[in-house]
Amino acid sequence: MGAFIEVTTAGLFHAAVLFLVAAGLQLVFGVQRILNLACGSFYALGAYCGVTAGSTALGLGVPPLLALPVLLLAGGAIAVLGPPVERVLRLVQDRDESLQLLLTFALVLMLQDAVRMVWGSSPRQVDGIYLAYGQVQALGARVPVWNLLVLLAALVVALGLGAFLKRTNFGRLLRATAENRRMAASLGVDTGRVYAVVFSLGVALGGMGGALVVPSSAATPEMAVELVVEAFAVVVIGGLGSMGGALAGAVIVGLLRAVALVVWPELELMAVYAVVVAVLLLRPAGLFGKPAA
Amino acid sequence: MSGGLRRALVALAVLAVLAAMPFALGEYRTTLLLPVFGYAIALLGINLLFGYGGLVSFGHAMFLAIGAYAAAVSGTVLRLASFEAALGLGVLAALAVAIPVGALCARYTKIFFGMLTLAFGMLFHSFLFRLYDITGGDQGLRVRRPTLLGFEFEDLDKTEFLIGPFYWYCLALAALLAWLMWRLVHSPFGLMLRAQRDNPRKAEYLGVEVARTRFIAFLVSAAYGAVGGAMLAVPTGLADPELAYWTHSGTLIFMTVLGGFAHFAGPLLGALTYVLLQDQLMTWTPYWRLVLGVVLALIVLGCPQGLMGLPALLRARFRPSATARPVPAE
Repeated sequence: MGAFIEVTTAGLFHAAVLFLVAAGLQLVFGVQRILNLACGSFYALGAYCGVTAGSTALGLGVPPLLALPVLLLAGGAIAVLGPPVERVLRLVQDRDESLQLLLTFALVLMLQDAVRMVWGSSPRQVDGIYLAYGQVQALGARVPVWNLLVLLAALVVALGLGAFLKRTNFGRLLRATAENRRMAASLGVDTGRVYAVVFSLGVALGGMGGALVVPSSAATPEMAVELVVEAFAVVVIGGLGSMGGALAGAVIVGLLRAVALVVWPELELMAVYAVVVAVLLLRPAGLFGKPAA
Repeated sequence: MSGGLRRALVALAVLAVLAAMPFALGEYRTTLLLPVFGYAIALLGINLLFGYGGLVSFGHAMFLAIGAYAAAVSGTVLRLASFEAALGLGVLAALAVAIPVGALCARYTKIFFGMLTLAFGMLFHSFLFRLYDITGGDQGLRVRRPTLLGFEFEDLDKTEFLIGPFYWYCLALAALLAWLMWRLVHSPFGLMLRAQRDNPRKAEYLGVEVARTRFIAFLVSAAYGAVGGAMLAVPTGLADPELAYWTHSGTLIFMTVLGGFAHFAGPLLGALTYVLLQDQLMTWTPYWRLVLGVVLALIVLGCPQGLMGLPALLRARFRPSATARPVPAE
């Protein structure tokens, strides 16, 4: 029982981070129809910003228990990159999808080296936060409190995002733009602003996901290209463009990896892809996706 | 002079210049040209899908890795010294993987196709990376020096072998495969492939079996990828899992766009330019990826037709009467 709970919470922790990144990916795809290969790069950037902010805060004497808001802010702060990057992506908005994909690949290359220039190539971590939060013991399991808090934070973000999209006026404009950009524009929606906000939000979500992992695992320049692969698995399983799909896909991928890591570590990623292939064969549009036109 | 004859003469002239290169360039520069041939062949295959078929694969590096590992396995495990055996094994292995993968992917286009191929490519990468006993894990497998057409070239050391017989062998193979690809894209099959790219529904009405056409193009490009991969592995002497990583697939598409995916010769020019550019940048700065990223962004934004499209673009800039309409591959 104890081991079961430990594996499940470890999987859900990973799922929470994956959900944040995948939600950003889905949001940008849903509205702008751009598949952002650089989603992982923003995740990495968020992680490194989290390293800097976290160690600075600890150095200034901020109690480690306040690390969660500090890291969330640091990861979210890279949203400032959103508007300028979106401005460049807009130049290829009406062009072939392959060109859009390539432009985001160019971003991957640039950001990977930009991170190396600023933070160097060696892994970076913030010590002292993970342990400060301690562990809870229940039913024979030891679960780090940090993992539970991240889970909670992701849940809050998911609910907040849902409320933002469904209940607010801007959310309505955003969904209208996703549905039909030209129609929305002709009804007076400032679609340029919507795009800028959506992309920045996507960047912020990825950045927060990255910032939340640095207390428990190190930030490396390779984490960007590694995460993209998992984020893609999440959105393929869940269905491209669907928020519910991102949530379901993230939980499936997170749990699957955690279980595979215990049962048969060699097959960790392969197990994820076996599910991807199975979903594609049985439900090509993903679990929550609309069938592709 | 007719267009066909002129093209043939240009191709022959380029071939003659390339064949003379080992005499004109030093050792280092000649070895630098070797990956160009491997990449050129792989890119010809990729451009069949991308330029002619309208399908962007972000998992094609997988087939290069298959070719490279086939070269390693045929030399070390199967004890087949012949390079032709390695190429044959690579093509067979690539087809064995491409048939199920292609059957699944050919149902999709655009972004879905890109994502799916990426997923399969990374599946293959994790297979190479994790199954240490079979694939050597992150260490990869050693590729032994092969014999070419049964000749061993015992009296040549490694560099002499590479810049001598192996160089001309690669050049000849690249020329042969380029000619075959030229015939293929100008055959009725090539026409069907372009038709499904421009308007799949209309092509279907006219009797083109769209999914099957895509599937066959996928198989051909997989085979070209394997041949290219085997050729890349001999000079480095190593088949390692990074060959299959998705960023390598991205680099392959980058090279294709750099040369110009709308032109038959674009991938060849792209392979040459990319290899030389990367080599030059790596001597200048450790942050060469950053520069390459900027180059890629500038090409996508300013010159999506690549280097082959540059003359038309400049003509349009200086003579407003001429139009630089983006033209898909013919």
